[in-house]
Amino acid sequence: MTTPVPERSLRVVDLYPEVMDVYADRGNVIALRARCEALGVGCEVIAVGLGDALPAEADLVLIGGGQDREQHRIADDLAARGPALRAWADGDTSMLAVCGGFQLFGHYYRTAAGVELPGIGIFDAVTVAPALKWPRCIGDVLAETALDGVGEVAGFENHGGRTYLGPNAAPFARVLNGYGNNGDDGSEGAITRQAVGTYLHGSLLPKNPALTDHLIAAALRHRYGEAELPSVDDPYAARAHATAANVARQRGRPNPR
Amino acid sequence: MPSLQERGALLLGRAAGTAARRLGRGGGTALPGLVATTLAPDLVAALGGQLGHGSVVVTGTNGKTTTTRLLAAAATLVGLQPFTNRSGSNLERGIVSSYVDEATPAGALPDGGQRIGVIEVDEAALPGVFPRLQPRVAVFLNLFRDQLDRYGEVDSVAEAWRSMLAESGVLSTLVLNADDPTIAQLAEAGDHAVVTFGIEDSHAGLDDPEHASDARFCTCGGAFTYDTVYMGHVGIWRCDACGRGRAEPDVAARDVDLMSDGISFQLDIRSEGPGRTLQIYLPFVGLYSVYNALGAAAAAHVLGLPVEAIAEALEEAGPAFGRQERFDVDGCNVRLLLAKNPTGLNEVARTIVAADEPPTLLAILNDGIADGRDVSWIYDADIEQLAGHVGSVIVAGTRADDLALRFQLAGVTPDVVEPRIDAALKTALAATSEGNWLEIVPTYTAMLEVRDALAARTGAAPFWDEAGAATQ
Repeated sequence: MTTPVPERSLRVVDLYPEVMDVYADRGNVIALRARCEALGVGCEVIAVGLGDALPAEADLVLIGGGQDREQHRIADDLAARGPALRAWADGDTSMLAVCGGFQLFGHYYRTAAGVELPGIGIFDAVTVAPALKWPRCIGDVLAETALDGVGEVAGFENHGGRTYLGPNAAPFARVLNGYGNNGDDGSEGAITRQAVGTYLHGSLLPKNPALTDHLIAAALRHRYGEAELPSVDDPYAARAHATAANVARQRGRPNPR
Repeated sequence: MPSLQERGALLLGRAAGTAARRLGRGGGTALPGLVATTLAPDLVAALGGQLGHGSVVVTGTNGKTTTTRLLAAAATLVGLQPFTNRSGSNLERGIVSSYVDEATPAGALPDGGQRIGVIEVDEAALPGVFPRLQPRVAVFLNLFRDQLDRYGEVDSVAEAWRSMLAESGVLSTLVLNADDPTIAQLAEAGDHAVVTFGIEDSHAGLDDPEHASDARFCTCGGAFTYDTVYMGHVGIWRCDACGRGRAEPDVAARDVDLMSDGISFQLDIRSEGPGRTLQIYLPFVGLYSVYNALGAAAAAHVLGLPVEAIAEALEEAGPAFGRQERFDVDGCNVRLLLAKNPTGLNEVARTIVAADEPPTLLAILNDGIADGRDVSWIYDADIEQLAGHVGSVIVAGTRADDLALRFQLAGVTPDVVEPRIDAALKTALAATSEGNWLEIVPTYTAMLEVRDALAARTGAAPFWDEAGAATQ
């Protein structure tokens, strides 16, 4: 028996997988591939490293997190791709930027050493790392998104930088437990058109299958103009989501608001 | 000698530890240290001054406990009286506790002239305790991503070590892993003497690099190039941008042969002269065990121990608590393979894949503070390599559901998901026929729990007795 060639297929760009993967962000690629297969959607992942050319088109873009050192390494290369990536975002390419990648998808990230790394401004957001003595935002997160059919997302955050959203960015989610963007205003991540930025790893997509489906649907709409998805249960993902959500409810920092 | 106040702190610390053990509160391993450090912060320096042979610290992400055990065994063989801290008690309080437990109520260390401290120290705790321990020898094994929720970033641990070594008023001999570029570059920090160890056998390298690599870039900013990768970012490395590179180690393992229940290799200590190599049979599995053996051998060599004692210790000391420990449970061969980070889990998986018969696998993921509350690291481990090489797969622990999903995505769909460890152990044993193997792969607190369950079935010693016995 041969596997039938899927009728629909997604072109996925995985940005800097060798550099930006500090908190197991490759789990997002693993989950995306598996979910596409379960849904009968083809999934072609193109890894784009430092200096590699971007393909002409992409339906979905992924970027993970990195330490300050890794962010320094990619900042110039990413800035050079800024116009192309912004054009993709404006054209409703589906995107997921996690942690350090999320920070550099904003206007800038100013490190604790006072160095300002330019971002590409897909999100109207700025990130500032406070003085070294400030504790990092570390812990389990449960947050409520306003996205249709996505609802609660669960994961883990670990970041020094505090992110503040401008008027042209909406938060990706409201924090129920955890710190979120800055530990202060209850916002988590950012969303602009079909681009999602977030501090959540865990890895994020494996245990948040509704978000995975949302990103796949947006990517299918980008390519084909419509995105009907079959309903396929994933009991392993559902149970992992429930456990992570429970853990965050029990020991995640309660939202002060 | 300790001051009056320090002696008072000692007494109270000892009383607290004894009471905790009587009440069955684990090993009571950190409590004496907490009590004693609160009352007398300089106690360790006062006690350490009585150690006739000084102290050795052993640090690194993986292998601390086993390396410490091997080195202590070598010291014992030549008539020294080493004392070690108990398994896992490698934060400041646990270390102080082990000193407190060794001292008399009057603050003396009996037979101090023959004594040597062999102390494993948590990577992040090292800069805090280094000035007080003033070690003669400091062994740095490796630095991998591990418990990022507790340590922050891998880079910040390395940076803290560099500052500690650069600023230290006491000169130690650094025993450094030449194959880990983060560790090897510590030679540049301060004016310490340096002895290196490493593997000289390109056949032991990986055909395909692993996903988890925690040092892709040199301190100069250039990218590392590898002629051979042994595990993660450990191998024969160089930086073409600045010319730094892995130098031939002073203590090396050659002709490494990894077998299903042991490893043979040639131990070559360069300063012993050409042709002076020893054939070693190490009763451990996995290439990572070779690094533990080399770290212990290099440190023992720096201490002036004869090579015969080093060789005997490597062959005879046996596994440390929960690290490749074996149990016979009703005719089943049960082995505990602790795995608490991606590189460790990759090494354990490689060991399982190399087995002649696919074993039953019980994998246990807990998310306590000592395990790391962030369980995302399971996605950095190459669990995919287990597909087709394991029989029944049972997953357990507080995050059994996360682990089950990871295994399913890796093409190793679990047969049973049972968060409760004792029930999962029962299921795993039932799935293993007599004479066959059950490999148990737990995180740290899961290891303590499953070992208790195994001890209850086989009569093995609880861990504080075991650690105590090792130092007698």
